[in-house]
Amino acid sequence: MDVRADPTRQLVRLRGRSYVAFVFSPVVPIVEWLAEIDATLARSPGYFVGKPIVLDLAAVDLSGAAIAHLVGSLNERNIRVLGIEGVEEERLAANMPPLLTGGRACVITRNEPAQKAEPEAKPKPTSLLLDSPVRSGQSIVFMEGDVTVLGSVGSGAEIVAGGSIHIYGTLRGRAMAGVNGNSSARIYCQRIEAELLAIDGYYQTAEEIDVSLRNRPAQARLEGDTMKITPLN
Amino acid sequence: MAKVLVVTSGKGGVGKTTTTAALGAALAQSGQNVVVVDFDVGLRNLDLVMGAERRVVFDLINVVQGVAKLPQALIRDKRLETLWLLPASQTRDKDALTDEGVGRVIDELRSRFDWILCDSPAGIERGATLAMRFADEAIIVTNPEVSSVRDSDRIIGMLDSKTVRAERGERVEKHILITRYDAGRAARGEMLNIDDILEILATPLLGIIPESQDVLKASNVGTPVTLNNADSAPARAYTDASRRLMGEEVAMVVPTERKGFMDRLLGRRAA
Repeated sequence: MDVRADPTRQLVRLRGRSYVAFVFSPVVPIVEWLAEIDATLARSPGYFVGKPIVLDLAAVDLSGAAIAHLVGSLNERNIRVLGIEGVEEERLAANMPPLLTGGRACVITRNEPAQKAEPEAKPKPTSLLLDSPVRSGQSIVFMEGDVTVLGSVGSGAEIVAGGSIHIYGTLRGRAMAGVNGNSSARIYCQRIEAELLAIDGYYQTAEEIDVSLRNRPAQARLEGDTMKITPLN
Repeated sequence: MAKVLVVTSGKGGVGKTTTTAALGAALAQSGQNVVVVDFDVGLRNLDLVMGAERRVVFDLINVVQGVAKLPQALIRDKRLETLWLLPASQTRDKDALTDEGVGRVIDELRSRFDWILCDSPAGIERGATLAMRFADEAIIVTNPEVSSVRDSDRIIGMLDSKTVRAERGERVEKHILITRYDAGRAARGEMLNIDDILEILATPLLGIIPESQDVLKASNVGTPVTLNNADSAPARAYTDASRRLMGEEVAMVVPTERKGFMDRLLGRRAA
């Protein structure tokens, strides 16, 4: 007795799946309709990528060549046409998308990517904070406003500011405030040993700074065209 | 006829800035109009040694770039009417110097001064080549030790090839200035002796400056050593060197160890 197990035959299994396709209904003139498509693409490029598209040509009467041209134009815009509705089958050449029938209308829920809010231009900072000492040879230039230094400014360093300069430490280098012509700018420091102070172009070198002020908290301001350096107490 | 003199070495720390200030002051004391120019952009020190660091407003870079005029940047020495300083910038680097810009400034200085002493930065890069570029004469500052002598040899080669005079087929007159010469160590054979140095470098000797605390003291108070204590050994040696520069015949003095009776009794100070 011989037993044979019949191999089970593999069947081609057909499965169904339904997609919601976008239906394009071109209107004449086709050129203007294409321009609208272009406008949509400009607003959100890649919107139609990977989405099934069906052309509904019921509203227009296009020759086979015109249909081919239209499909080609859409292809150029990276819009792949899945099928064509509302046209006689004879007009479709073999290399064109197939004729579809029996589509049911449904509501399209557009999952448009949330419009990215234009990043608001941040208002430019009007002050600069440096929380480390400024070393010899460093040159800090900040034309937009005040400069604050938490530390000392070494000999041979310079701070150039459009506004005032505040130094919570010893100022041994150069400080130039109000360089944009702001004569109300001031310079403050906890200990003054500056090589040069300048406000709005008026300057004093270390030689001209009163010896009695040295190593004390001081401020410099402009009165007319003379620089007044006074203790800060 | 103005003379542009570069003080150079190749090696750092041999005493270029001290030499520039001391010779500048010594030349100015003899009534010549002298300007000392700091080419060490980014690491300026000549203004400190000259005691003018608190009077710097404009600098060499500003003049080279046309931001300031030369008279605005020149600082007159408070002790000598005929001594001037053109300081370097501390916040820039040597790339801010241009060949033609430096040439223009040097030409302008030539019309105002008898002597233009250029304090070169150490090294053989751009800053040093620009400092020597327009020189008529050069002082090569050398310490009596092997690495300094070798670097001096390198610099002498550059003076003979990279200067405007060399390119025109003329000579840059060169002098060796031996600094930080320690007579005691030389006697013990711990230093290259002078004859060997001169034999290696094959260049005439301008002077021998002894190692001395006076140099440090002078630079700390911001006075050229020739002005600070004119009777000290280094000051006398620099003054002699400046007279040789002006063409005088001055006998060369080799510093010797002076061991007096007290020195032998109290030779070493306990720390």
